[in-house]
Amino acid sequence: MKRIITATVRNRSGVLNRVTSLLQRRQFNIESISVGRTETEGMSKMTFVVDVEDFQKLEQVTKQLNKQIDVIKVSDITDKAIVARELALIKIVSNSQLRAEIQGIIEPFRATIIDVSKDSLSIQVTGKPDKVEALIELLKPYGIKELARTGLTAFVRGHQPNTQDGSFQSLLG
Amino acid sequence: MERSQKQEQSAAETKEPKTGADLLVESLINEGVETLFGYPGGAALPIFDALYKAQNSFDQILARHEQGSIHAAEGYARVSGKPGVVVATSGPGATNLVTGIADAMIDSLPLIVITGQVAQGVIGTDAFQEVDVMGVTTPITKHNYQVRDVKDLPRIVKEAFHIATTGRPGPVLIDMPKDISAEVIEAEFQANVELDLPGYQPTTKPNPLQTKKLAEAIGNAKKPVLLTGAGILFAEASEQVREFAEKYSLPVASTLLGLGAFPGDHPLFMGMAGMHGTYTSNTALYECDLLINIGARFDDRLTGKLTSFAPNATVAHIDIDPAEIGKNVPTDIPIVGDAKEALTKLLTHDIKQPEHDEWLVQIHENKENYPLWFNTPDQEMIGQWVIKKVHEATKGNAIVTTDVGQHQMWTAQYYTFTQPDRWVSSGGLGTMGFGFPAAIGAQLAKPDDTVVAIVGDGGFQMTLQELSILQEKGLPVKVIIVNNQALGMVRQWQEAFYSERYSQSIFSIQPDFVKLAESYNIKGMQLKTQDEFIKALPEIFNYEGPVVVDARVLQQENVFPMIAPGSGINEMIGVKP
Ligand SMILES: Cc1cc2nc3c(=O)[nH]c(=O)nc-3n(C[C@H](O)[C@H](O)[C@H](O)COP(=O)(O)OP(=O)(O)OC[C@H]3O[C@@H](n4cnc5c(N)ncnc54)[C@H](O)[C@@H]3O)c2cc1C
Ligand SMILES: Cc1ncc(C[n+]2csc(CCOP(=O)(O)OP(=O)(O)O)c2C)c(N)n1
Repeated sequence: MKRIITATVRNRSGVLNRVTSLLQRRQFNIESISVGRTETEGMSKMTFVVDVEDFQKLEQVTKQLNKQIDVIKVSDITDKAIVARELALIKIVSNSQLRAEIQGIIEPFRATIIDVSKDSLSIQVTGKPDKVEALIELLKPYGIKELARTGLTAFVRGHQPNTQDGSFQSLLG
Repeated sequence: MERSQKQEQSAAETKEPKTGADLLVESLINEGVETLFGYPGGAALPIFDALYKAQNSFDQILARHEQGSIHAAEGYARVSGKPGVVVATSGPGATNLVTGIADAMIDSLPLIVITGQVAQGVIGTDAFQEVDVMGVTTPITKHNYQVRDVKDLPRIVKEAFHIATTGRPGPVLIDMPKDISAEVIEAEFQANVELDLPGYQPTTKPNPLQTKKLAEAIGNAKKPVLLTGAGILFAEASEQVREFAEKYSLPVASTLLGLGAFPGDHPLFMGMAGMHGTYTSNTALYECDLLINIGARFDDRLTGKLTSFAPNATVAHIDIDPAEIGKNVPTDIPIVGDAKEALTKLLTHDIKQPEHDEWLVQIHENKENYPLWFNTPDQEMIGQWVIKKVHEATKGNAIVTTDVGQHQMWTAQYYTFTQPDRWVSSGGLGTMGFGFPAAIGAQLAKPDDTVVAIVGDGGFQMTLQELSILQEKGLPVKVIIVNNQALGMVRQWQEAFYSERYSQSIFSIQPDFVKLAESYNIKGMQLKTQDEFIKALPEIFNYEGPVVVDARVLQQENVFPMIAPGSGINEMIGVKP
């Protein structure tokens, strides 16, 4: 099962290495990692999407992460009300005749064209992973020359509904 | 103290400026370091220069191999409860420490490991003797630091000691680039020594709701068992555990590393559990309806096949490391906290006495009918017999270290430990070469105690170069080589599971251990029969200096009982018929 885990960590040298080495050693498959600074000086936030067998293994990994000296807080936010986004850059084969057609495809995704050349076109899309996935599928027939994704970044919403029905798992697509 | 005067004089004459390395050494002194195990080299020379100036501040021990230094530091830490401090150079010096760091990590021993590193300007260029020590040691340290600014040094040292010795103890490494150690600093440099560890707050106080739950479970138990692990020793909770067990007549099983936490000669003690544990302990763990684990991490050598481990029990687990709870064995009553605090709390509860007389009778009968056993040959010696005799000769009061293998298991079985912190063995990593240097560290920590290193002829040959330290420091360690002229434990497995194909496990030649000892100016003895051994015992233990004993034992002897790998704790072989 896929889970979204966030970790607040100190910006100290080696912390990224410590965290990824731990995940690898305990045999967790990392689907994606994104890291960046936070509102607090000296703190970064990591967002992982991991594939784990069961809840016992999941509990192990969060406990092991929590044990790291430079890790301040670890949360599994999969079942919370969250906002989760990923950015993808997609370069496809294209020419001037195709441009309008492609514009039509990407518009509902609120994606934008950010670079154009004689025979290619670069698109930027932001959204939940399933949305990004869907756009990639639609663009595949044109020939994808290059694809870069940031991996998911996420946090919990300001307001949490009372229901804990796990309905937000669909976020992972 | 002619020497110290001379030194002070020369330091005053040269008026050398204060360096980062001096600051490091000053910080070590501030932490109360009394003994340091070092081995010098290029990138660490500024550190060793600072150590030279501080020669009178603490004992400095030069081993003959960095692995010797670090195992000695582990032995020192195990018996003293204080962190062992090791200093080595970059590259090969640091990599020679790796086995010891991993050993300390898995057995939760507090160590401060300081490695020299190439100067920051050339880090990452594959400079001479450069190794990515941070990368190599990240998975085997509780934490590690590379000093990037000399101003951080006092804080880093303070944090390192704090992290190594609190919560679940472990090794912390400080990598010191040469330019940092050599950097000249202001003499009146004011160090900022506030701890800055917002992500590190070990839980020591147990949740009262959970201890109450455990109290209730005890009242309802018909077949309770207490499992004592090394966590009790780290918590210094031996007295409390004894009081607790006696208060409710709880039968006690121990892990390998928990030996000594509860008196081995106590009527409630059932012996070590696990792969080479007693019938009584293993059967009790299989049949119990309440298992109270205090400070053991449910290692696989203890549990055997997990589905057969305490299958019908309510499991309570007291551990300071939350990640250990529920890791291997599903736990009904998790208690995160320090063992002493938890036991102290539990002792305040007014618990209903369990009604478990039948259970106690059954356990008593098992102890009577299925004790540990061996057949003594007429004249020749076997390992079990040797350990029993050493136990008698030392009245069970020695600090005993072992290496890894059959002799280690026999020591665990037959040297009855009645006091805490007198048993030193490599459990989780099973590191051959550990036992002898660990004895050196133990003797340095407890100069007035009898320290016995029980080693195999295989493992001893991995670190015997440290005989030099015995000679140099006049340490009276008694080394007993249980010499079966084989890698006994491997030979046993090959006999049992590989149809006696003894691949690379029999020694066709061996050194003359007596001459070897003598070449270090140490008393050496070769003993071949029971009579010889018994006659030699007073000579060994009354002699004031170190002794190396080559005790020749029969090769084909095996460690029993045993749970074969993959089997359950109820499927023992080699139980007394
Ligand atoms: C050849 C060989 C055979 C072996 N056979 C056996 C065997 O038959 N039986 C056996 O038991 N072992 C055996 N072992 C050893 C085994 O591998 C483990 O090392 C051992 O079981 C671990 O014991 P432990 O859990 O008590 O100690 P540790 O591994 O040291 O664990 C200590 C636990 O205590 C916790 N702790 C630390 N401080 C505190 C505190 N203040 N309060 C509370 N908790 C704390 C830690 O978090 C940890 O979980 C064998 C090893 C070898 C090499
Ligand atoms: C460094 C290391 N290498 C290999 C092993 C595997 N091993 C475990 S026990 C053993 C045999 C030990 O032989 P010896 O030291 O003679 O002790 P004995 O078992 O004969 O008492 C070996 C090779 C190990 N534990 N450690």
